[in-house]
Amino acid sequence: MIKIRCDGREIVVADGTSVAAALLGAGVARFRSSVAGESRGPVCGMGVCMECRVTIDGEAHRLACQTLCREGMEVKTT
Amino acid sequence: MTPSPDAIIVGAGIVGAACAYELAGAGARVEVIDGGITGGGATAAGMGHLVVLDDNEAELALTKLSVGLWHLLAKELPRAAEFWTCGTLWIAADGEELAAAKAKYEVYRRNGLAAELLDEKQLYEAEPNLRAGLAGGLLAKQDAAVYAPVATRFLLERAKAKVTRAVVTDLDDLKAGAVVCATGALAGELVPGLRVRPRKGHLAITDRYPGFVRHQLVELGYLRSAHGESSESVAFNVQPRPTGQLLIGSSRQYEVETPILGRMLERAFEYMPGLRACSVIRTWTGFRASTPDKLPMIGRLRGNIYLATGHEGLGVTTSLGTAKILAAEILGRPSPIPAGPYRVERFDD
Repeated sequence: MIKIRCDGREIVVADGTSVAAALLGAGVARFRSSVAGESRGPVCGMGVCMECRVTIDGEAHRLACQTLCREGMEVKTT
Repeated sequence: MTPSPDAIIVGAGIVGAACAYELAGAGARVEVIDGGITGGGATAAGMGHLVVLDDNEAELALTKLSVGLWHLLAKELPRAAEFWTCGTLWIAADGEELAAAKAKYEVYRRNGLAAELLDEKQLYEAEPNLRAGLAGGLLAKQDAAVYAPVATRFLLERAKAKVTRAVVTDLDDLKAGAVVCATGALAGELVPGLRVRPRKGHLAITDRYPGFVRHQLVELGYLRSAHGESSESVAFNVQPRPTGQLLIGSSRQYEVETPILGRMLERAFEYMPGLRACSVIRTWTGFRASTPDKLPMIGRLRGNIYLATGHEGLGVTTSLGTAKILAAEILGRPSPIPAGPYRVERFDD
């Protein structure tokens, strides 16, 4: 098992889990906000729709569905 | 049968829309014809940077008049036009360019334009993501940006102009008091032999990085790229959008199709290394209407046919001033600035 943090909250997942799966499993629905302030989250789950973007270890607009969790990873929704 | 309109404008881009707005404001009944989407040509392809340029007196007079008109119009523009007085920060890479910035500053001052010279430290305070080692800059405070397709639709609505979706093949087929050709880089198709060449440009837009860039940033070498005659060139030119997205330009190509997008982006990375980590979400191209002397053609071509084209990279900026000059000529009124430098016949042999 590995630990990541999302918006300060600890999430424990099995090795090989994507960030999108980890967040959804922990009940996070709002991955980011649209220009108009609406809630956005994963739609395609395969790196095409660009809806699941989060900030990972300080880097903005990373695709949660295409990024595997690593020990100590810091995820921020926006 | 409905009577002929006072004016028919061919081309529903920002220049055509501004001409429709100006003529309608003077009481004329105006119709607009375009074969494509309203504001869908160079109007949509460009950055919508509203900029005073001082390469020569005629360019300065027209851009200064026009940026002033944009500020007057700004209060009426819809929110979606995203008008924003972001200013232009001209970047001096070395001592030579800093001297050019100082000269430019003096021109702005003499012309009553708000500007501020920045030394190296002030430049980084203004734009912390620029690379180290730059000499300084000049902040032109009145410059702004607008989302031109929305501004185009606004001007056409205000003009109460009927917009017809049709392809015009012969200007002489159109029956009106005045016929204005405002078809940008395509003007040569309607006016054979016209000294207007399409000059291709590329742009990229990134995802949202709010605060990463604060002003429109342009390298002082841009003027060499814009006003030079070389077959292709690139320059560092980045505009922050109100959403935090970054428009990255710029390139210029005449009649060549060599890959230039990569070169353009590398130029941007040279000035702003952090851009390399930003995701570009879309790139596109468009065609500027380029004349031999880089000034637009505004005025009578022959009979009742008038031209408003050849604006190169300044069509959005100078659309409002162009419309004032053209409307003055059509209506026989005094021009707000001397119209001689823009007259069509200056290229007559």
